[in-house]
Amino acid sequence: MAVALETINLVKRFSGIVASNNVSLQIAKGARHALIGPNGAGKTTLINLLTGVQRPTGGRILLDGEDITSLSTHERVRLGIVRTFQINQLFNDLTPLETIGLAVSERRGQGLDWWRIVGSRPDLVAEVVEILERFHLADVIDKRTAVLPYGKQRLLEIALAIACRPRVLLLDEPAAGVPEDERHEILAAVAALPADVTVLLIEHDMDIVFSFADRISVLVNGALFVEGSPEEVARDPRVKAVYLGEEVADA
Amino acid sequence: MLPPPIAIRVATEWLAARARWQPLEVGFWIVAFAAIWLFPDRHLILTEIAWLGLFALSLDLILGYAGIISLGHAAFFGLGAYTAALLAKYEIINEPVLALLVAGLAAMALGFVTSFLVLRGSDLTRLMVTLGVALLLRELANRLGWLTGGADGLQGVSIKPVLGMFRFDMFGHTGYAYSLIVLFILFLIARRLVNSPFGLSLLSVKGNPLRASAIGISVDGRLIAIYTVAAGFAGIAGALLAQTTSFASLEVFSFDRSADLLLVLIIGGAGYLYGGLIGAIIFKFMQDYLSALTPQYWPFWIGLVLVVIVMVGRDRITSWTAPFRRIASHLNWRALARHVAASSSERR
Ligand SMILES: Nc1ncnc2c1ncn2[C@@H]1O[C@H](COP(=O)(O)OP(=O)(O)OP(=O)(O)O)[C@@H](O)[C@H]1O
Ligand SMILES: [Mg+2]
Repeated sequence: MAVALETINLVKRFSGIVASNNVSLQIAKGARHALIGPNGAGKTTLINLLTGVQRPTGGRILLDGEDITSLSTHERVRLGIVRTFQINQLFNDLTPLETIGLAVSERRGQGLDWWRIVGSRPDLVAEVVEILERFHLADVIDKRTAVLPYGKQRLLEIALAIACRPRVLLLDEPAAGVPEDERHEILAAVAALPADVTVLLIEHDMDIVFSFADRISVLVNGALFVEGSPEEVARDPRVKAVYLGEEVADA
Repeated sequence: MLPPPIAIRVATEWLAARARWQPLEVGFWIVAFAAIWLFPDRHLILTEIAWLGLFALSLDLILGYAGIISLGHAAFFGLGAYTAALLAKYEIINEPVLALLVAGLAAMALGFVTSFLVLRGSDLTRLMVTLGVALLLRELANRLGWLTGGADGLQGVSIKPVLGMFRFDMFGHTGYAYSLIVLFILFLIARRLVNSPFGLSLLSVKGNPLRASAIGISVDGRLIAIYTVAAGFAGIAGALLAQTTSFASLEVFSFDRSADLLLVLIIGGAGYLYGGLIGAIIFKFMQDYLSALTPQYWPFWIGLVLVVIVMVGRDRITSWTAPFRRIASHLNWRALARHVAASSSERR
């Protein structure tokens, strides 16, 4: 098994709280890996550490065996580690067209072009429009993000990460707050990702987790508690006791 | 999976419209250039408006587009002014345009070095840090009296003709045409820049730096770049002042100058490039008119204007012109052309 992303004894301490407690996690290349755990378990913190939004108190992070612990967020994005946010982080005053355009020109290394007018590269515009259509945003390309309905904003949140063409995609509760009947659009987009893209999914909805994941890690109080295949995790009595409780018993 | 060409056309057209010249803009510049011939007796104040507008445009680049607030932008203005005055006084560079470029480069160098101080921190820290830099520079110029003339200012500067042809005169005729052309060229550069992918990325950094970095944008890199460019603009504005008045004094670094500048931009509105220019026009004419009426009350009036603007645009200092800008952006060429065509056919 080739490992895409790996953490070694990762520790993150906030004043008084240990949000990540010696986490040593391996995510295989092309995996559909789910990270679950109760509220406040440290799932988002782990993503913050993996993407460089926060610096670990201790431990190391490796991408394809290379130490990336000291790299900044944008440098990691260039290496292919891209995330979405649990709470939308969008550009309220920009349109979806501009938003996706930003990510695509940055990925192509054209983000510093200052002498060229935005939209003057037909191939770039075509790619942006293709992404917007894929995420059902074609009808709102010219609306300010702030005025979009929440469901559309959530789609844009995910589309923006995909526009960076991730090699490792970290999804922090992508369906959070999206009504049941709109979720399939987001999940379909995630399912349609190329097989060689490595995905780490944080999700509370066990139906989504078990239909998606080929591997599950359970995080409790900042520490890795159990890890295994979906069947193993579903059967594990400790998991049932600590976290899954009734939900798995029903499944 | 290719999107249908129609969707791409819509997107392309929408993006092109972002950067299209609006009739109001064209009108603005026609009037500005026409003033060379129309108002020869107002050239002195128009010259001041030109360099003040350029100075405010520079602040707009960092405040309106990148969200960096500054109370010390006079640092770059002052460095540009002294550079131009010194180059002329010691006859190092005699041609004003060349001296202007060197002054701009000097200010850019200072902007680059000090940009690292504004990368992090709240608005308040940025206000304090920029203020501190300007105060430091002022004190430095004061101490280097042998070079700068200290508190007396730099006397005996004589500026040679522009391009060796156009001599500066006491009525400001050459000064205005020269300043306006410089302003226009730098405005074109700024306009290009803010409508480019780089300019768009500045807006993303201003709007949400966390997400900007999460899509691969180097937030620090962008801030350093625009701060450096804006410092160059401010330096050139200061050099224009020095060249059109043949003088530079410590006042170029003053706190009042930085504070007035912020006011100019607030009057005009930040974030659409014309705010600084319009603010400079209003500010200068108001100052001219009100201080002629009652010189000692000028600060009172300007204070009143500030309070009113901030109360009207309560939520954000940049927002009070938004309705006008919306109207302006709806007035695009085609709509206007259609309108004119429709009304002329009606008349027939
Ligand atoms: N910036 C911070 N400063 C202080 N404490 C923090 C910070 N961020 C997170 N924490 C704390 O760290 C712990 C883990 O938080 P985290 O957001 O990672 O949990 P989570 O597993 O993502 O929870 P949820 O399922 O609710 O999203 C919590 O106790 C939280 O209060
Ligand atoms: Mg979380």
